Amino acid sequence: MLVLEKNSLTEEVESLVEFYGTERSALLPILQAVQRKHKYVSDFVQQEIARLLDIHPVEVYSVVSFYAFLHSEPQGRNIVRLCQTIACDLAGKEAVARAVERELGITFGQTTKDKRITLEYANCLGMCDQGPAMIVNDRVYTHLTPEKAINILNEIK
Amino acid sequence: MESKEKYRVPVSQKPHVVEKPRDINTIGGTVTIEINEKKVSVPMGTTILEACRENQIHIPTLCHHDDLCVAGVCRVCVVEVEGMRTLQASCTFPITAPVKIHTSTPMVRKARRHIIDLLLSEHYGECYSCFRNQNCELQKLAKEYGVDQYNFGHLEKPRYETDRSSASVIRDMNKCILCKRCVRTCIDLQEVGVLEAINRGHETHIGTFFDKPLSDVICINCGQCINRCPTAALRANDPSDELWEAIENPKKHVVIQTAPSPRAGIGEEFGLEPGHSMTGELNTALRRIGFDRVFDTNFTADLTIMEEGTELLNRLKKAVLLGDESVKLPQFTSCSPGWVKFIEHFYPEFLGYLSTAKSPQQMFGAVIKTFYAKESGIDPADIVSVALMPCSAKKFECNRPEMRASGYKDVDYGLTTRELAQMIKEAGIYLPEMPKSHFDEPFGDASGAGLIFGATGGVMEAALRTVYELVTGREVPFKNLNIVPCRGFEGIKQASVMLEGCKDEYSFLEGIELKFIVAHGTANAKKVMEMLRKGELKDVHFVEIMACPGGCLGGGGQPIPTSEEIRKKRAEAIYAEDESLSLRKSHENPYVKYIYENFLTEGPCSELSHHLLHTHYQKRGKFIA
Amino acid sequence: MKPNGNKYAVRQGAVLFSEYAPGSGIKKALEIGRENILLELRESKLKGRGGAGFPTATKWMLVAAAKSEEKFIVCNADEGEPGTFKDRVLLLEYPELVFEGMLIAGYTLGARQGIIYLRGEYEYMLKSLESYLEQMKEDNLLGNNILGNPNFNFEIVIRLGSGAYVCGEETALIESLEGNRGEARNRPPYPVNTGYLGRPTVVNNVETLASVPHILVKGGEWFRTFGTDKSTGSKLFSVSGDCERPGVYELPWGTKIKDLLEIVGAKNTKAVQVGGASGSCIPKSQFERTLAYEDAATGGSIMIFNESRNMLKILKNFMEFFVEESCGQCTPCRVGNVKLLEGIEKIERGVYTFGHLNKLKELGRTMQVASKCGLGQSSPNAFLSILENFKEEIFNKNGYGGHNGK
Repeated sequence: MLVLEKNSLTEEVESLVEFYGTERSALLPILQAVQRKHKYVSDFVQQEIARLLDIHPVEVYSVVSFYAFLHSEPQGRNIVRLCQTIACDLAGKEAVARAVERELGITFGQTTKDKRITLEYANCLGMCDQGPAMIVNDRVYTHLTPEKAINILNEIK
Repeated sequence: MESKEKYRVPVSQKPHVVEKPRDINTIGGTVTIEINEKKVSVPMGTTILEACRENQIHIPTLCHHDDLCVAGVCRVCVVEVEGMRTLQASCTFPITAPVKIHTSTPMVRKARRHIIDLLLSEHYGECYSCFRNQNCELQKLAKEYGVDQYNFGHLEKPRYETDRSSASVIRDMNKCILCKRCVRTCIDLQEVGVLEAINRGHETHIGTFFDKPLSDVICINCGQCINRCPTAALRANDPSDELWEAIENPKKHVVIQTAPSPRAGIGEEFGLEPGHSMTGELNTALRRIGFDRVFDTNFTADLTIMEEGTELLNRLKKAVLLGDESVKLPQFTSCSPGWVKFIEHFYPEFLGYLSTAKSPQQMFGAVIKTFYAKESGIDPADIVSVALMPCSAKKFECNRPEMRASGYKDVDYGLTTRELAQMIKEAGIYLPEMPKSHFDEPFGDASGAGLIFGATGGVMEAALRTVYELVTGREVPFKNLNIVPCRGFEGIKQASVMLEGCKDEYSFLEGIELKFIVAHGTANAKKVMEMLRKGELKDVHFVEIMACPGGCLGGGGQPIPTSEEIRKKRAEAIYAEDESLSLRKSHENPYVKYIYENFLTEGPCSELSHHLLHTHYQKRGKFIA
Repeated sequence: MKPNGNKYAVRQGAVLFSEYAPGSGIKKALEIGRENILLELRESKLKGRGGAGFPTATKWMLVAAAKSEEKFIVCNADEGEPGTFKDRVLLLEYPELVFEGMLIAGYTLGARQGIIYLRGEYEYMLKSLESYLEQMKEDNLLGNNILGNPNFNFEIVIRLGSGAYVCGEETALIESLEGNRGEARNRPPYPVNTGYLGRPTVVNNVETLASVPHILVKGGEWFRTFGTDKSTGSKLFSVSGDCERPGVYELPWGTKIKDLLEIVGAKNTKAVQVGGASGSCIPKSQFERTLAYEDAATGGSIMIFNESRNMLKILKNFMEFFVEESCGQCTPCRVGNVKLLEGIEKIERGVYTFGHLNKLKELGRTMQVASKCGLGQSSPNAFLSILENFKEEIFNKNGYGGHNGK
């Protein structure tokens, strides 16, 4: 990693720590902020967070690995999460999933070659009355059909 | 709000908050409960597990360990508490009301059996091909609960690759039952923080930062995780196969040095109660196995005292007599390789405080392949130098690039107490039956001062016996030379000795109160280092730190299981042996005198001794690349 | 009345969806004082709406009695139970009720901070919730000297989850707030004594808190006029699955399943999953049963399956959910759920034995009593109830009979 890049990441983490504090309870908000911006929390950033919060790096990694929405490895620019739980499943999630995979040329858990989209399954999004549902970054789309889903994905950059 | 310290430990490591009353005689200090229809009175806040143990009721446990705080995750200790919908984990449940407990109902027995069945279904491998065979807590429970088949299947393929990257500790997560004892040991007991639970649900495993190999993270190799692992998921890196080969090779001259702690612990591997010292028996067994020479590490422990003590006096002289403010005081001991790696990682800016003296193991290594080789006319290239140690970190230490002062690898193998016990058994020897015999010359005698290196505070006590006498010409003013303030298992001990009536050459120390600190376990070491960082140790002169709780006798290579009670008994054995010896001061060891007269002729801390007996350290830091 | 998210209905209900003037709850609270608030709550017999049904007044009284300089009010908005989305509606459409409920709790118990733990999946609500909080500050409903009362200071912060169902369990939620893995704690001690940062903490469901202002304004006795003796008041039901009008409905406790199906326009219904994936599956023959803590209990999730659905596939979906969402710390839940799922796969492939399935049922019962938290204690419910209530379909009709595998 370039030294310059490291410094800017360090600065970023430092300003987050300044905002959220150095208590352990600040850990998740800090991780979420990094995740939101970079789509993942790198090993360097995790160690910087550990250093500033005075905890062990492995504790940060342990927390990141626990939560489904936090990643340790680089992801696509947009994270698409299709709900796989029962109500959406009954409402036609399977057809949407297959269509999306075919369109993007990847399977769930993968990222497109151009790093545009990472495709994931999510557990119940709380849209059971309007399924199938998916979340693109933090936006929710409901009543999906294969066609509608593909149109949405083709719109995002 | 309470200090941050209190909350930085993950909850599974947090002790439950119900405080026990200081005085159980106060009203509400005790509570009368019923266990299996029997009325008993227990102090408020006692856990069900403790109450049952007090009353001779056996409750199976796996995640519970007396050295660690509660976890309540394995669930094998569940019991029925009347009025509660679910079973309760007895290890976590604090008694604060007159509850009625049942420890052996059909529901309880079935649940325990199910939990054992589930753990076995995920536990890869067979008992007969496992080094913990007959010393495995899971296996023991399986037998206790009459498991005669795999009710929920059995893994046919391993789920994880074994991590053999470390010189000291091997991790095989296929045997892991996720009791998190290693996590609690690493984070809470030792505050090293290498291991944590990674991922969640069925994918949960114990891992390192980014699941990197153990050799790439900041493990200090203390092996305390090994001592507390209920199964074979953690073990030390065993060199015994190579060792057997060397022993069988007629060209090789295989010498072994034995540290004090293994002698105090190895009996446990042969079914003896803790606290039996097996020095003489062990010497015989080692010869029967085929070691060509059996030496006593205590000899170089005495040598360490001479070097480290002289170094301390030199530092004091510079600081007190010459007013040199750059002198680093207090001087910290450097015998414990786990501690050395700890300070290299976590406090590299303070490495100057560390004594440059090598550990007794490495001093012996350097002496064997130089002085001994010369005296006995053996080519050092043909010598295989083995160190019997209570320690897993010694394996890493002997592989350090700095440790080649003789021109060869000074110590070829670090062998733990457990591994040697296995070799002895393989050789068809039952150790307790061995006749006693003495160590080999020319390092045959060692002092009791060297011996007590095995217990926390021992190095300090040994050093004081010598330093005080060098400075004042009189014996240290404690009855029977037992410097009691150095002893015991308190985490951090502080004490002092007044230097009065000093000899002329040490007159600059007249009236100085020699202050010292003894700490064991790296969590306590961390506290001491934070005191140093804050400038609170300015008037302290000498600090002894051992990486392992209890000192070397609680080392990561010692027999499993471990507990404070076991460690206490080992310490008692060591102190009793010290008191039985006539030679109890390092500087009076005739062989130490001999080596300074005939080999290290310039005396302690001279150029040659610096070359052979001292070392330097690496600023490792915390960053994981 | 507000429009119901879908085009079929408007929101109407006896309590939560009844008329309410924002601010009236806290004003009433200040008027009657702490003790009377607790008494009113006790009078209402309000029970926790998250599913466990612990009496809210008792919980509050325990925290009120706990001695501590600092106490916390935590709103559990980690609505993750499959088939539950009522909190989404409350937070989006009735935030004033939720926030005011927290405020009243803060006033009653002497807490200065309220925390909403909002599930990561609801991040899109963050902006609107935060702007509502801003508005409350401007109106002097939050901040210092609230409504001119010296020493009544209260603030509310929103903290996000990050995709972990188990954080809906109150002690796992607290762990998550503290920056740890969402692993449930050992209980006792309970959060009312040792909660967030070791302080006495009330953790209440969104709906529970939203009920409080109504109860204060209209009285506990009024609240008790709805529902049954043991289940007072009304309940929000999140209805999904095979029906014409899925959505959130407020109905009194004690409503028959049959009647609910009628209201939402469900036809040819074969089974109703009450209480989400961790609830139990009720077959047609039991549709006379009532929705109530004492009968078919639920945190609000009602999932309807019609005759065309394959119950084994539904069960499999549930078990896959639990395998992924188990936190993994305790043995029964971490390994047990995998074993149950493997059992279902064996049925699918027709390679099971009834002997093995019986062992799995026994295992399920052990999980119910030996798991560390509610997740593992309830995850076998679906397995046990579906295999029991639909054995005819699974083992005979659908051809998972064991000889030809399907």
